[in-house]
Amino acid sequence: MRAICTALTIAALAACSSTPTSEQPPAGVEDRPPSATQPGAQTQGVQRPPVAGVDLTAGKKAAPSPLTDPGSILSRRSIYYDLDKYDIRDEFKPLVEAHARYLRDNRSAKMLIQGNTDERGSREYNLALGQRRAEGLKKMLMLLGAQEAQVEAVSLGEEKPRAEGQNETAWAQNRRSDILYAGEY
Amino acid sequence: MRRLLAALAILFLSGAAQAQLAIEITGAGAQRIPIAIAPFPGEASLSAMISTIVRADLERSGLFRGIEVPPIVPPPTEATDVQYTDWRARLADALVLGSVARRPDGRFEARFRLFDVVKQTPLGGIAYTLNREQARATAHRIADYVYEKLTGERGVFSTRIAYVVKRGNRYELQIADADGAGEETALASFEPIISPAWSPDGRRLAYVSFENKKPVIYVHSLLDGKRHVAANFKGSNSAPAWSPDGSRLAVVLSRDGGSQIFLVNPDGSGVRRLTQSASIDTEPVYSPDGQYLYFTSDRGGSPQIYRMPANGGDAQRVTFEGSYNVSPRVSADGRKLVFITRNDGKFQTALLDLATRQMQVLTDSDRDESPSIAPNGRMILLATVLGGRGMLSAVSADGRVKQRLSVSAGDVREPAWGPFIQ
Repeated sequence: MRAICTALTIAALAACSSTPTSEQPPAGVEDRPPSATQPGAQTQGVQRPPVAGVDLTAGKKAAPSPLTDPGSILSRRSIYYDLDKYDIRDEFKPLVEAHARYLRDNRSAKMLIQGNTDERGSREYNLALGQRRAEGLKKMLMLLGAQEAQVEAVSLGEEKPRAEGQNETAWAQNRRSDILYAGEY
Repeated sequence: MRRLLAALAILFLSGAAQAQLAIEITGAGAQRIPIAIAPFPGEASLSAMISTIVRADLERSGLFRGIEVPPIVPPPTEATDVQYTDWRARLADALVLGSVARRPDGRFEARFRLFDVVKQTPLGGIAYTLNREQARATAHRIADYVYEKLTGERGVFSTRIAYVVKRGNRYELQIADADGAGEETALASFEPIISPAWSPDGRRLAYVSFENKKPVIYVHSLLDGKRHVAANFKGSNSAPAWSPDGSRLAVVLSRDGGSQIFLVNPDGSGVRRLTQSASIDTEPVYSPDGQYLYFTSDRGGSPQIYRMPANGGDAQRVTFEGSYNVSPRVSADGRKLVFITRNDGKFQTALLDLATRQMQVLTDSDRDESPSIAPNGRMILLATVLGGRGMLSAVSADGRVKQRLSVSAGDVREPAWGPFIQ
């Protein structure tokens, strides 16, 4: 239904409602190609004007971005932490190195790092701890060649948990830094 | 429990069940003053029953016990001759009589008088002019008067509280009377709102909103709803605290790297850095005399509370017991510190006497956060998580009286108790 609505919206520039009403424009009246229509022979309804389309995507393929290609390490965007800690565990170093390389090779690329914590303890302290995690990651990216102006480190503290549970499994998922590139935030 | 049910019943009648805080009292002071509050003849014409609210206020403090008043004919008012022996026989130590009358201008006049039944003497009274809708506010004023006359300290029934309710993906910063009634939404957002802080005059709130996808400090005028950015630098902007004279905010910025404490004027001008550490420094609060800032820092390896001069300088460590002490708040007399301490993985509210260094854990909760001290120092409002759901609770500074305030179908957090009404 949504797809139909979208199509109608684009075709008619009309507001889309999930409840069909009698005010909706009737669909094409005749199921014939325009060339088959004879002037004067038309006796019913309103002629739907033809639309001459332009397809910019024809014959081209959108280049897959390495940032979102599931086969690229750059599509991995999260780093996880131990309780109360902000140091980056060894298992995440290849990921950090890959993103640093990307920033080095694409000087116009901009990155936002969002630091997160689990939900226990003070919200403000957790905001600071998330900041510490994000900045620790930023520092490592810069040591590996990223420029200061390319990376902003912010904290979401405990405010945006990825996992909602009240257990260590959920908390471990929420002690995390996320990497976002311009256009993704 | 009876009170909770009564509150719920009122909620359903008013159709506002999703919003208002319901209060459950789970403890009481050792000695409660038995007080009789007779119905005020004429109060039924108002939007709320004054005598009922006065009684509920006083009982909620944990310092009073309301005495049931049988129907008396003719109903007594503040102008009636008091039959002290009758009230003594009902075991009342104190008595409130009053009345409500319509004025020629269409407004109302509420009068009351407070009596000491034991000494058989009137203690005073006041007359208020009010609109029909001002019954609740008037009742809170009367409760404040009675409370102060009988306990010697100011009442907080006329004060307001701010808190954040999360319902689904919606966050609402709400302002309510200290009893949880009459809530109004100051800000609704699809992004988190944390750390509301009342200006000393009670007219403005500073808070942290994530509406721009990162923490930014706003100052919001409650009278006209106008708000402006007080700090929006690169990185995080958070933990606003007003100086006692309202002229400055202590804030936490990460613009220079690391979370550090800065001063800023409430209009956003005059930023100045106060701490210079390589550690986390956050949650600043002023001492009531404005001379010091208490704050949380992990400079010693674990988060602990420190104190430094309000214009910066050397910090002294204040908490030593345990490996996690955060969210400091200073009592109005400057002598006590309330904070959250971690005990065996449980986060509980603690009180430290700054002179004797005596520390007392006031709650047996698993997950306390964000304590806020009533302006008279008697109660501490805090957020706690029970069964995965956030609610507010209150505990008296001696740990005896406990209350729970919950919103049905919502997570409540980040309470802040407002100042005395001037």
